[in-house]
Amino acid sequence: MQVGLFVTCLVDLFRPRIGLAAIKLLEDAGCEVIVPTSQTCCGQPGYNSGDRKGAQLLARKLLREFADCVYVVSPSGSCAGMIKAHYAELLAEFPELKPEVDSLTARTWELTDFLINVLKLKAVPGTFAGTVTYHDSCSGLRELGVKSQPRALLSCVQGLTIKEMATPEQCCGFGGTFSIKYEDISTRIADQKCSDIEQSAADAVVLGDLGCMLNIEGRLRRRGDTRTRVLHVAEVLGGMTEDQA
Amino acid sequence: MEIKSAQFKQAASKNLDNPHLLRALTNLRGRMVGGRASSILELDNYEDIREGAKQVRDFALAHLDYLLEEFERNAISRGAQVHWAETAQEVNQLVLDIARRNQVRKIIKSKSMLGEETDLNAFLQAAGIEVRETDLGEYIIQEAGETPSHLIAPAVHRTKEEISELFHITHKLPRKTDIGEMTREARMILRPHFLTADMGISGANFLVAETGTSMIVTNEGNGRMTTTMPRVHVAIAGIEKVLPTLEDVSFILRLLTRSATGQSISNYLSFTTGPKAPNDKDGPEEFHIIIVDAGRTRVLASDLREALRCIRCGACMNHCPVYQNIGGHPYGWVYPGPIGAVLTPAYVGLENALDLPNASTLCNQCGVVCPVKIPLPDLMRKLREKQVERGLRPWYETAGLKAWSWAASRPGVYAFASRWGARLGHLIGGRNGLISRLPGGGWTRGRDMPAPHGSTFRDLYASRASKNKQQ
Repeated sequence: MQVGLFVTCLVDLFRPRIGLAAIKLLEDAGCEVIVPTSQTCCGQPGYNSGDRKGAQLLARKLLREFADCVYVVSPSGSCAGMIKAHYAELLAEFPELKPEVDSLTARTWELTDFLINVLKLKAVPGTFAGTVTYHDSCSGLRELGVKSQPRALLSCVQGLTIKEMATPEQCCGFGGTFSIKYEDISTRIADQKCSDIEQSAADAVVLGDLGCMLNIEGRLRRRGDTRTRVLHVAEVLGGMTEDQA
Repeated sequence: MEIKSAQFKQAASKNLDNPHLLRALTNLRGRMVGGRASSILELDNYEDIREGAKQVRDFALAHLDYLLEEFERNAISRGAQVHWAETAQEVNQLVLDIARRNQVRKIIKSKSMLGEETDLNAFLQAAGIEVRETDLGEYIIQEAGETPSHLIAPAVHRTKEEISELFHITHKLPRKTDIGEMTREARMILRPHFLTADMGISGANFLVAETGTSMIVTNEGNGRMTTTMPRVHVAIAGIEKVLPTLEDVSFILRLLTRSATGQSISNYLSFTTGPKAPNDKDGPEEFHIIIVDAGRTRVLASDLREALRCIRCGACMNHCPVYQNIGGHPYGWVYPGPIGAVLTPAYVGLENALDLPNASTLCNQCGVVCPVKIPLPDLMRKLREKQVERGLRPWYETAGLKAWSWAASRPGVYAFASRWGARLGHLIGGRNGLISRLPGGGWTRGRDMPAPHGSTFRDLYASRASKNKQQ
């Protein structure tokens, strides 16, 4: 099964091993993974900031890059959500693209959703000695219905126990450029997420989106919490929670 | 109401530092969010009802012209007097004219957000008429000289202790601390006003076209007294409030009270059709209905039209992580929270409320709980696009977005920039991998920035691929 990996700009820049973990999970499950090297950004920053033209430019680029992939998989609920839930609206001015957009929308999956619902994965290579709490990122949860998939996969990880926080579906306060434009509100919301995570007393918070990851880890560390690890679900499932030498 | 939305940022920052407010808002969140969640479980086909409610509202909005005229015909045939107001000023003038014709000296009011839009109280008071808010929350904020901070819980920003202090000062009575006692005290103060008022003013949750009825949803009984006791009653309602039939009203009510307070039904549903008839025991001698545009037809004709489906339950703000921390006042006009972030710029002008549609994480909790499926994040995004189109964003933001799409559409440039960004960020991050100061300070004032790990995925993947080839 041939799968195109949309790595996302944040994984590329901040935490590349998430992309490598995604490749490992997909290849272990028998997929042929293709990584179009010209890929950059899905256009979400522009789309959510009112720059429709800029977002259209990047969406059309992505449309071309992944035109030949049977599936498109991304280790991010918000980037997969951008494609699946918003490209049709974003590219509505280009009716000639509609067949391609519809096709891409149907072929695109968030990673854990794909592993569970397309590959029917029942076992993962990762092991983790400790407890984790799962943060449901907004776009994955509310645009794509990603909720049980990461939990089902995490429960296959040897040694791992899931301990739910009180309000896992509450936003972490990131919101893209919101986190900078309204930094004090954003930090306050992040703070409440951090308290919730700490009250769960889990060894790690696991999530599926880099934006939330940077926000939550950034606030946890500033609060003085150096203990709780912040991990992407792909890292845990793939057994790649440390950088390779 | 005076528009203070331009001061959103300062007002929000100030509220973040107010521990009393946070406590009050946390209370609200607990009650309303939990209440809604458990009460919608009583409906075994909640999502179907929600879709139905959306369709009922869309049908009404698509046939406003017909339904409003039908409403007018039926209301007149039952003896009501129907007035049409195009602007907020016209609403106030119509009310004042009715009051003057009837030698009104005192008015009691039940909640009306439309009255807040037009600043009706101040206008009538300036004309020498005494106006008393009778909804407990509205009464509290009237005594405190404030504006509502929530659609259905106008005084939610005040804690019990603050209200106790306010009552102690304004009522000049011994301090009460028990909520029941405080409520009884307000009731005792308000009772004589109900008995002596010459006119009652109410809003309307819905207008029923088939019967010419104006209806309100309340919990305290003040609405019933306001609509029945004074000799003159005036109901004011926006044009979007009309529904075709009583059946439609009862259908939508199944969602309204559950979404609002988690109640299966509110304590009172008051339906007023025409003035007191010869054999009626109570009711006003004159019943006026003012149907108001005040910007609504403009919204109806725009791509923000879906916002007019709103049935004013307040669920969007109860569930909004931003509202939960800053409360309603920073939004700066009548309607706070996500629906306010859409309605305010739609009614008062994009340029007068630049922050509102931007001050949201677009987490879509509001869209998920909205009983009439208003796609609030999509509408906020549309408003953001309009701001960019009209050149209303700061130059550095527009330039930043342009630079991003320019670089991200050129893979070579992008790979080069991200490679050096990853290296530089890794270097600055040092041993603990955290960047504690970034230019502009926006991110790092309250957070660290986890540093990049040194190589981009792109480069790691390329070296992996060439290794594989060698093998």
